[in-house]
Amino acid sequence: MKASATRIWAMVLRYGALHRRSLLRTFDVFFWPVLDLLVWGFVTVYIQRQAASQPAGSSPAFIGSTAGFLIGGMILWDLHYRAQQGMTISLMEEIWTRNIVNLLVTPLRRWEWLVATIVYGLGKVAVIALVLGSLAFGLYAFRLWDLGWGLVPLLIHLLLFAWAIGLVTAGCVIRFGYAAEVLIWGIPFLIQPFSAVFYPVAVLPEWLRPLALALPATYIFEDLRAALAGSPSIGWAHFLPLAALNGLYVLVGIAVFGWLFRTAQASGRLGHLGQD
Amino acid sequence: MSQKPSVIDVKGLTKVYGTTRALDSVSLQIGAGQIVGLLGPNGAGKTTLLHCLLGLLTPTSGTLTVFGHPMATHRWAVLPRMNFAAADADLPSNLTVQEILTLYARLYTVPAPRAVVATLMARTRLVPLASRLFGQLSAGERMRVKLAKAMLNQPALLLLDEPTLNLDPSMAEQMRQWLLGLHRQRPFTILLTSHNMVEVERFCERVLFLHRGRLLADGSPAAVLRQFGQPNLEALFLSIARGGELVDLGASQEVVG
Repeated sequence: MKASATRIWAMVLRYGALHRRSLLRTFDVFFWPVLDLLVWGFVTVYIQRQAASQPAGSSPAFIGSTAGFLIGGMILWDLHYRAQQGMTISLMEEIWTRNIVNLLVTPLRRWEWLVATIVYGLGKVAVIALVLGSLAFGLYAFRLWDLGWGLVPLLIHLLLFAWAIGLVTAGCVIRFGYAAEVLIWGIPFLIQPFSAVFYPVAVLPEWLRPLALALPATYIFEDLRAALAGSPSIGWAHFLPLAALNGLYVLVGIAVFGWLFRTAQASGRLGHLGQD
Repeated sequence: MSQKPSVIDVKGLTKVYGTTRALDSVSLQIGAGQIVGLLGPNGAGKTTLLHCLLGLLTPTSGTLTVFGHPMATHRWAVLPRMNFAAADADLPSNLTVQEILTLYARLYTVPAPRAVVATLMARTRLVPLASRLFGQLSAGERMRVKLAKAMLNQPALLLLDEPTLNLDPSMAEQMRQWLLGLHRQRPFTILLTSHNMVEVERFCERVLFLHRGRLLADGSPAAVLRQFGQPNLEALFLSIARGGELVDLGASQEVVG
């Protein structure tokens, strides 16, 4: 166990060292989340002002009061996106630098490597959450922490779902190398329209709702909206069904990753990663 | 070939990609402390065999054990006792030499990694490069770092894929002498691929010649040359690579070509 911890920590330090040396890489961690926050924040301000300027009763009352969920949704979505990317980009980093074969023949086990990418990703997520939370408060008086402890289970489930998807994309990276790069950026956006990030499931056509309800993210963002609208049970209402659903996704993610790894091992791809 | 205990034991190893047999029923044993050259033209199956030995590739059939453990099921028991360096497998370009060696020392859970790295860097004359990024090094310097990395865990089995490919003759000779010096201090098994036939004749006590996935010859350089009636390994290699007829003068009198 101590050996595993040593190897995991070595990999966490390895990824952390990249930021110490490259300002551009560190800048990249904040750049897109902050830009997203600015866009969605100002959209929210605009909607709230429009709602406030209308004569009483001429626009739905909920618009002004709940437009803040755009900011909340954006922040949580970004944390989900970065957590998933933390896993796959770390693997891509080894392919870009052609270091992957050397790593694959060390005693570093697959699960240790994945845990290292999760720990590294968690560090990034924590820093992004701090920056976005502070900016959202400073610029838009949006207080994410007003959601209280209920935010914790929401975040846990959001990150679990991110890692489940991360396992699948990481498997694709191992199996297909550079060709899978597009999946790292694309898969989250494939899920986003059906995850009720910025609008409720009820907005979706009826035939799309089962798909939305099969995604853990949907419950998380529905809960977030309910909380911002004043529901006292944030985070805990869907905790058990979410745990079951996320558990299933994580198990599928592990199975798919293992299968893609073995396929890469059988096809000879594993030994040539980074060389195409 | 040897009375020494077997480190690598391969029986009927076959790897098929579609209709191509990259390895075709290869059987061999390599004993502890041997320095063995794995030769053959491009596409002969050398890298395929190395990747099978590293557990990067699953064979289609046959058995492969390293230190008595089947690689297919006990890879994790074997990997801490072996290491690897290849011309085409790089190390992180955005880490310094010292950071890379410390990272790998930790991955191999080497006790007192910083002290081990310091000693190794001194022995490989990497100290002046310690704070340089790997990506800024010359090809020869990179290979020195890779070889230093490969010695971090004092492996009982070292696999080298074209270790001197990018080195000038002087640096290549220094590396060979360094490896031979380490081998004299603590005999360990070395299996290396190379296209430098002179290097193999001087460095290896035994050569394995692969051609089209099959083991064509196995013996000391002198014995292999006698077997095929060739003056040197270069001539033997060229004869095989050019597809010429090669008459085995050994017991089997097999005609290969």
